[in-house]
Amino acid sequence: MNMPGIQDPALQPIYEKVAAKQRLSREDGYTLFGSFDLLGVGRLAQMVRERLHGNKAYYIYNQHINYSNICVNGCKFCAFGRKAGEAGAYEMSLPEIFIKVEERAHEPITEIHIVGGCHPDLPFTYYLDMLKGIKARRPEVHLQAFTAVEVAHLAQKAEMSVADTLSALKDAGLGSLPGGGAEVFSPRVRSSLCPEKLSPEGWVEVAQAAHRLDLNTNATMLYGHMESVAERVDHLVRLREAQDETGGFLAFIPLAFHPANTGLSELTGPSAIDDLKTLAISRLMLDNFPHIKAFWVMLGPKLSQISLCFGVDDVDGTVMEERITHMAGAQTPQGLTRTQLQAMIREAGCEPVERDTLYRVIAA
Amino acid sequence: MSGGCDTLTEKLAVGARLVFSEACRLWDLDLLELGNWADRVRFRLNPEPRVTYVIDRNINYTNICVSACRFCAFFRSPGAAGGYVLDWDVLSAKLSELKDHGGSGVLLQGGLNPDLPLSYYLELVSFIKNSGLAVHGFSPPEIFFLAEQTGLSLTDLIRRLMNAGLSSIPGGGAEILVDRVRRQVSPNKCGSSQWLEVMAAAHRQGLKTSATMMFGHLETRAERVEHLFRIRDLQDDTGGFTAFIPWTYQPGGTDLKGETKGAVEYLKTLAISRLVLDNVPHLQVSWVTQGPKVAQVALKFGADDFGSTMLEENVVAATGVGFRLQREEIETLIRQAGYEPQVRDHRYHLLPE
Repeated sequence: MNMPGIQDPALQPIYEKVAAKQRLSREDGYTLFGSFDLLGVGRLAQMVRERLHGNKAYYIYNQHINYSNICVNGCKFCAFGRKAGEAGAYEMSLPEIFIKVEERAHEPITEIHIVGGCHPDLPFTYYLDMLKGIKARRPEVHLQAFTAVEVAHLAQKAEMSVADTLSALKDAGLGSLPGGGAEVFSPRVRSSLCPEKLSPEGWVEVAQAAHRLDLNTNATMLYGHMESVAERVDHLVRLREAQDETGGFLAFIPLAFHPANTGLSELTGPSAIDDLKTLAISRLMLDNFPHIKAFWVMLGPKLSQISLCFGVDDVDGTVMEERITHMAGAQTPQGLTRTQLQAMIREAGCEPVERDTLYRVIAA
Repeated sequence: MSGGCDTLTEKLAVGARLVFSEACRLWDLDLLELGNWADRVRFRLNPEPRVTYVIDRNINYTNICVSACRFCAFFRSPGAAGGYVLDWDVLSAKLSELKDHGGSGVLLQGGLNPDLPLSYYLELVSFIKNSGLAVHGFSPPEIFFLAEQTGLSLTDLIRRLMNAGLSSIPGGGAEILVDRVRRQVSPNKCGSSQWLEVMAAAHRQGLKTSATMMFGHLETRAERVEHLFRIRDLQDDTGGFTAFIPWTYQPGGTDLKGETKGAVEYLKTLAISRLVLDNVPHLQVSWVTQGPKVAQVALKFGADDFGSTMLEENVVAATGVGFRLQREEIETLIRQAGYEPQVRDHRYHLLPE
């Protein structure tokens, strides 16, 4: 039977697979990316999204802390990282971090999201004391901290295994890992853009080690620079395989590349149509990921709202003081209020649901 | 599913004209379904996979205005600080700059300024026309106000402006063509029937016009549909509308305040405009209010025109919303969406490269 709302006949076999809850192949991924039919691709993603989440759309009341931008990696797509001693480099002392936390102690924050660079000198105790100190001040708050890249860097510095490093962080208060640092898994892209960075195998190893310790993680893909469609599809398939093995990924977050102030400033970044397609195709390919998140700081509130009709079920959170994307020229606001997030979700025809990091519903 | 809904779907499938109650029910359809139907109408009316735009500039000859609309952050009342009438040297420089950009015409609009005589308007039009640029000028409230000031009939006034070189009329000042709303947001501006009378008088003399709708303030969704029907009815009579341009109210710096509508409401309104206005050839995106990203997506929701390069924009910018696009960016946005960019003039004639 023909699916109404799909104009591209090439999508018909994929529609039948989605309707039958069958897994999509790499070739299906190529067909989806190659289709002119943005609304048709969106319609397919909505079938999956509605099956999993109805018309619910999640958001979180969170705080971002970017403790340092000093980083040994020097990735070309990054406007945030600085070498030690370079102009604009910063690191926050533990007391400074604790002040950031205390300043907002009166707010109903459920998650503090902590990401920084791969700092060459900070000792492992800095990270442990950071987590312990925040937990001592806000014991009820979930700490989602340190990408797989940072964790691997800490393990190396501390001369410990990844599993032991994660265990120590967990004992200090770590609740889960954010999904950053995955970039695109393609060796071709990485050798050109981020040769110093943790390998794809290393990234997956950290995520899976976390899962085995009962720590959930997210996953990301930085797209819209020099990667091909096949490389995007490959990235999604590798994440899907990893999830089959350990099952600890909560959300996938495609990150739209922002070129300003990076080593790739001659590029334009992905188009809005590419943004929506990538989100929708992520929903379709990652059949074992519970959530697809549109990070509004990167996409903008307007496109994030539209994405709720293209397979997305989560718009991240209130954020405040995000530095990484804003240093790459993002024109988005520093934060959105709960009321703004709820209105944005309702206007898209969805029901706003405040969640905690683990997607447990926060009673209104 | 109800029988009524099936009928609506059937009518959409064959492209039949919608009655008012059916058009009001379009709001119940989801965003993607609306977009899909609107895209079909777009390709029925404009089968070529191209998106047009005009190289022009906005010129706001005065911001002095007696209308004091509550949604406006641009105007100054007569005698208030910050009021201006553009001087001729500045105007001349603006025209030269536009010609350097390969522009074909000027979007000329201003406030309802009680101190400017008819001779000023005629001179302004012929000055621009004589510089080799087309004049897309004076929204219906300006023309209605000038007719009142001069005692001329609408037909006579429009004829004199045409004789001076006016080549088309922009569809501004329509806001919502429902007097309940206008009484609240723009009580001193011409009413909805008068707005339509100006357009009818222009169309009957062969002058093409566009039409706009500024939505997302005090109006209901049904009143938006009423607005569309009034445009559709006049278009049945005259056929003089080239394009429809809906855009969202921007509250910054205005007396009316409030929040702007989001992108989903914009896209739905755009798609519904395409579905109701089956007799208006073109539908234009509003990148000035929506930004380039949403404007690009809007090309999948019934729009076939990307508006204009503007060079400067003062009215929306006064609310603090300040998107700017260069010609090259417009072309890139169109190509990324899978269409061929095509330059047009203000009357929607395609121009050679």
